[in-house]
Amino acid sequence: MSGPVAQNAERTRRVLDEARGVRAMVWIIAIMLFLTVLGAALGLATRNAANALESELVGRATVQLVASDPTRQEAEAGKALSALRGMPDVRRAELVDREELAALLRPWLGDDGADPDLPVPTMIDLELATEGPATLSRVRAALNRVAPSARVDAQEAWMAPVADFLDLVVLIAFVLVVLLATATAAVVVLAARAGLDAHRHTIEVMHMLGSTDVQVARLFQRRIARDAGVGAAIGSLAAIAMLLLVSAQAAELGSQLLGQASLGPSGWATLAMLPIAFVLLAALAARFTITRALESVL
Amino acid sequence: MANIVQFENVGLRYGNGPETLSDISFALAPGSFYFLTGASGAGKTSLLRLLYLSQRPSRGIIRLFGEDAVTMPRGRLPGFRRRIGVVFQDFRLVPHLSAADNVALPLRIAGMPEAEIADPVSEMLAWVGLADQADAKPETLSGGEQQRVAIARAVIARPEMLVADEPTGNVDPEMADRLLLLFDSLNRLGTTVVVATHDIQLMQRVSGAQMMRLVKGRLQDPTGTLRHPPAREPA
Repeated sequence: MSGPVAQNAERTRRVLDEARGVRAMVWIIAIMLFLTVLGAALGLATRNAANALESELVGRATVQLVASDPTRQEAEAGKALSALRGMPDVRRAELVDREELAALLRPWLGDDGADPDLPVPTMIDLELATEGPATLSRVRAALNRVAPSARVDAQEAWMAPVADFLDLVVLIAFVLVVLLATATAAVVVLAARAGLDAHRHTIEVMHMLGSTDVQVARLFQRRIARDAGVGAAIGSLAAIAMLLLVSAQAAELGSQLLGQASLGPSGWATLAMLPIAFVLLAALAARFTITRALESVL
Repeated sequence: MANIVQFENVGLRYGNGPETLSDISFALAPGSFYFLTGASGAGKTSLLRLLYLSQRPSRGIIRLFGEDAVTMPRGRLPGFRRRIGVVFQDFRLVPHLSAADNVALPLRIAGMPEAEIADPVSEMLAWVGLADQADAKPETLSGGEQQRVAIARAVIARPEMLVADEPTGNVDPEMADRLLLLFDSLNRLGTTVVVATHDIQLMQRVSGAQMMRLVKGRLQDPTGTLRHPPAREPA
């Protein structure tokens, strides 16, 4: 802003008594933004994790072969593998080796999982060239002919409850952000009304001197936007610091799912937009409240 | 030239109470100077409130600057208020602003650039004898000084009409003379002036000023000159 214009704006701003402001709003907005950024981060990270999970599981299936006779099971596995590799619907078919299965069972069975006498199903990991129930049906039909004990599970299907849960978390986070934004607007409305009451005398004088509603509303709008800006900066920075701390701790856990629940550049950009959006929301709510209230005055 | 103010059978009632003003009819010619008198409770302040658009009448017609002020949309009122300077009986200074900032308020509201505000404000404060109190807050000023700040604020934008409610009530006779001279100077420049006062001596000091007398909410106009005022000769 140029010198004289800035000076004029500053002097106009002083028409409202700074000492009589509702400074509590700064801290309320800070808390709101802190919670909103955390809520939004939870939603964005969960959505990213859900997307990563989906992209990993779509088009993947597992074939289980469980025969009463281990020799027959092994023979069926060989035939199944050959049949699958010959299908255009199958991009890749790999036998999961015994050691890998023992490692998967270890958390439940301990070292007994590696016992060669333990009857363990033979597993084939499939990567399908095309998605959908029709593909799975063709795979099942092909396997039925060569390996009657084979059972085909789409990985997508058994991870569906997890995906549904992640979708629910995203929805809850979204609702949380909307509720916090609504609560913030309500706080601004209350602060603007309190400001009107506190400055009623000054506003009356301004009206009598020819001030328009927009001029009066602009005074409050600027002031509330400034307070909201300070609060938003404090709240957002605190939330981002907390997110960085949580990210660092999650990285140490080495969990694959937590690793996928990262924000990514677009997520961080979205979080950075939140304080700006809240300041705009506060300014608009203040302007709307003040102009509506002034309409009832001559 | 058309009258600047025209009241026809105006009545004012607050809530469900009796009429505070009844059947008020008068016209103010541009550049005229009027004293509004009457006992306390006669309705002087209510009449002034109608004049400076702080109140709409309960009935009757008010034309201000040639336009119907009764049905005028709310959004147009600020533009008309900027053409009227008001000295309130209770001063109504903004308490946290300095005397200079109070005086500058009408100019800032009108959007005058800051660089053009300082000179007229200083000049006006000097006019009312408060050049050395420019930075003083109203609470540190005496009643008379606050009144002079209020007067300076009312006249700084060179309004077409000045409405003053007991403007010399809190100042000594010498300052009252000085303020009256200021009003008279403005009037000679074309501003229509309406001053509500009890001060008979004050009324005698302005040559050519006319009198409006309110008795129990009714305007006394036995000769009809208030309804049909003679146009004032330009100074």
